[in-house]
Amino acid sequence: MIARRTAGATRFTAARRRISVGVMLRYVLRRMISLGLSLLVASALIFSVVELVPGDPASFMLGTGAQPETVAALRQQMGLDQPLPLRYAAWVGALLQGDLGQSFTYKTPIGGMILERMQVSLPLALMALTLAAAIAFPVGIYAAARRGKAGDAAVMGGTQLGIALPNFWFAMLLVLLFAVKLRWLPAGGFPGWSQPDAALRSLILPAVALALPQAAILARVLRSALIETQGQDYIRTARAKGLTAGQTLRRHALRNALIPVLTIMGMQFSFLLAGAIIIENVFYLPGLGRLIFQAISQRDLIVVQSAVLVLVAAVIAVTFLVDLAYAAVDPRLRNR
Amino acid sequence: MIDLRDLSVTIRGTQVLRDVDLRLHPGSITGLVGESGSGKSMTALAIMGLLPHRAQIGGQVMLDGQNLLTMSEPALCKIRGRRIGMIFQEPMTALNPLMTIGDQVAEVLRIHHGMDRTAALARARERLDRVGLPDPRFPLTLYPHELSGGQRQRVAIALAIAERPDLLIADEPTTALDVTTQAQILDLLAGLVREEGMALLLITHDLAVVAGLADRVAVMKAGEIVEEGPTETLFRTRSHPYTHQLFAASRHAPSRHAPATGSPLLRIRDAVREYRLPGGDRLRAVDGVSLTIGRGESVGLVGESGCGKSTLTRAILGLDPLQGGTIALDGRQVMAGRRMPRDLRARMQVVFQDPFGSFDPRWRVARLVAEPFHLTDRPAGWRDRVGAALSEVGLHPDDADRYIHEFSGGQRQRIAIARALIIRPDLIVLDEAVSALDVRVRAQVLDLLAGLRRSHGLSYLFISHDLSVVRGITDRVLVMQKGRIVEDGAAEQVIDTPSAPYTRRLVAAMPRIPTDWVA
Repeated sequence: MIARRTAGATRFTAARRRISVGVMLRYVLRRMISLGLSLLVASALIFSVVELVPGDPASFMLGTGAQPETVAALRQQMGLDQPLPLRYAAWVGALLQGDLGQSFTYKTPIGGMILERMQVSLPLALMALTLAAAIAFPVGIYAAARRGKAGDAAVMGGTQLGIALPNFWFAMLLVLLFAVKLRWLPAGGFPGWSQPDAALRSLILPAVALALPQAAILARVLRSALIETQGQDYIRTARAKGLTAGQTLRRHALRNALIPVLTIMGMQFSFLLAGAIIIENVFYLPGLGRLIFQAISQRDLIVVQSAVLVLVAAVIAVTFLVDLAYAAVDPRLRNR
Repeated sequence: MIDLRDLSVTIRGTQVLRDVDLRLHPGSITGLVGESGSGKSMTALAIMGLLPHRAQIGGQVMLDGQNLLTMSEPALCKIRGRRIGMIFQEPMTALNPLMTIGDQVAEVLRIHHGMDRTAALARARERLDRVGLPDPRFPLTLYPHELSGGQRQRVAIALAIAERPDLLIADEPTTALDVTTQAQILDLLAGLVREEGMALLLITHDLAVVAGLADRVAVMKAGEIVEEGPTETLFRTRSHPYTHQLFAASRHAPSRHAPATGSPLLRIRDAVREYRLPGGDRLRAVDGVSLTIGRGESVGLVGESGCGKSTLTRAILGLDPLQGGTIALDGRQVMAGRRMPRDLRARMQVVFQDPFGSFDPRWRVARLVAEPFHLTDRPAGWRDRVGAALSEVGLHPDDADRYIHEFSGGQRQRIAIARALIIRPDLIVLDEAVSALDVRVRAQVLDLLAGLRRSHGLSYLFISHDLSVVRGITDRVLVMQKGRIVEDGAAEQVIDTPSAPYTRRLVAAMPRIPTDWVA
């Protein structure tokens, strides 16, 4: 009887494992399809918005005094005289073959331009986010542990300041102190990764300037998530086991509070990737944000289109990673 | 031995415990009974040293000659989980959802003895085996969500007894569980006390539970122990008037008029309701159910959680579609969603279990009670109708201007009944409607329901896991198991002489006070 039940249980467990592998595969497949669809919708949206923006690239390139015939000839050369659907199809067709097109202004492949800018933007975003998390975790945990006491109030006030301060102003203060006065770090510019040491040093101040408000937001989210988690029944169970308040917080509350924190971090990373434009300008960094900004002002529409699409792809990829992180944190999400 | 002497607790000026004296002996079970808010859980938390920070505490909690109340927090951490273990009411949320059950049990051993993980896990395995979660069916690597409520309560017990404590406090350990699971958990607790010689403080509102288990019983009211003694003596004498009242209320059955013989009102034929599970399998939650409820009839539907009673209820109310069969109310077909006509919907109303979760806290009672009027268009004198409905359920018409948080659990359930009554339905579905109420309040609400049924000719579908309540208020009982009706008969007959094996199991698991004790 017992033996039979055991065999049944083993079969049951094996069956469940098999199902979970099948479910996982189907999940990934479903995500890939939805990722592809999202990109398609995004491409159509980006294309139409860029088309709606006033300003003809050809007349912009030739200046205000150009003859209409010259402009028309350039438009034809650039393919701008073709009907919209055809141009959209041509763009997407090229994208599918990995060709992001050629810049109108610089006549260079856009893929290479974006790649070059990514070498600044990606490390910068990663550094800023790591720094933000490194500040936010101890601060958020401290505030949650001292909920309602002076330490908590001080931290909450500080984070509000951190969110309210304009980061470009903070960036300039950093430059004045660390670059101008102390001369520890460069005030701006980017020497390229051929000199890894100098490259890294030039990213430190911008990363700090970017990280501060993000750290403040993250610390607040972590604090409130921790406080909510600490009201749960299993925290009471942990206390009844004989864990101290501190052990309970570290061993039980923290991991349970991670889900909202991960959500915010995913959003912050996407923002940092392209939203660092003001900081890039303050520090003269050749990042992705500046590339897009310049392309817009030069009516280099094809660059705008392709760069924005790459960003959308990055955001979708980050969201996917965050979902995987949820599953890593929470076993209940693994079989969905 | 644990000895409470003159234990008093005051929180924000309110005295919640007053001079509580209680002795807990090794190898013996003490039942602590009382209504919600009487101070049962506060007593437990005071012993554990886990009262809210603002609490002012007086008296003594003595463990081996040491007063726990004057002990430092680090010293208390060495007592909790090692000398005193505790389990709580809600097994579904009592375990950390992100930690395996093995690690959660092992953690107790690791923090108290600095045991390494492998050794602690080996001991955890032993303890899980002891509480009835044997290897290999229940590997240490399971997570709480992979277990049922009863199994999770076993894990909670395993971690509370991991250190073989001197005292185990069980605060309503089976209130959230089905009767058969409850019987198993109570058996387990009694066995642990016998074999490991620990003292057990069993906190419950259910007199029948302590009757079958406790050596001694203490009755608590408004922060005081009003009566204490050996179980049988206390149950036989009931010398304190409050004990007497609790007894009367727990056995209360409202007077019922003869079963109605009206024409059929609700007719269900071969109803099938299926769910698609993740992974593509189908679960047939309701499997070919047929039943009839006559006009003016009160029908009970009992079964354990997961048997399909809630799913069936949702289909009856027209909230979910059926995959087969039909449901008809007074000859008109019930359909899910928008296809169901409003005037048909208006003829059925529902009262749910949770008196705290089923109202919008920002609405006044008038608006809450008048809500069903969206099905019939609000009549001109709707405010008078609200007042009348409130009077009918024993509240004052002026209560219409108050908010829901100003009412007690029992009053809220009365408001829920007023809300169901206001559009004068033919059928009211009572989904565990009295399960969350204290015995005395429950007795009053049952009387109210019986009276309303008489005066309005209402039909009830009374869904409950509690057979004794069902027996008191319904004419006929249906027993549901795995999506099917396995027994259908007069209430007394089904419960006193059950014929289906499943019903027999349910009835056998039902805790009860021996009849000669209450004679």
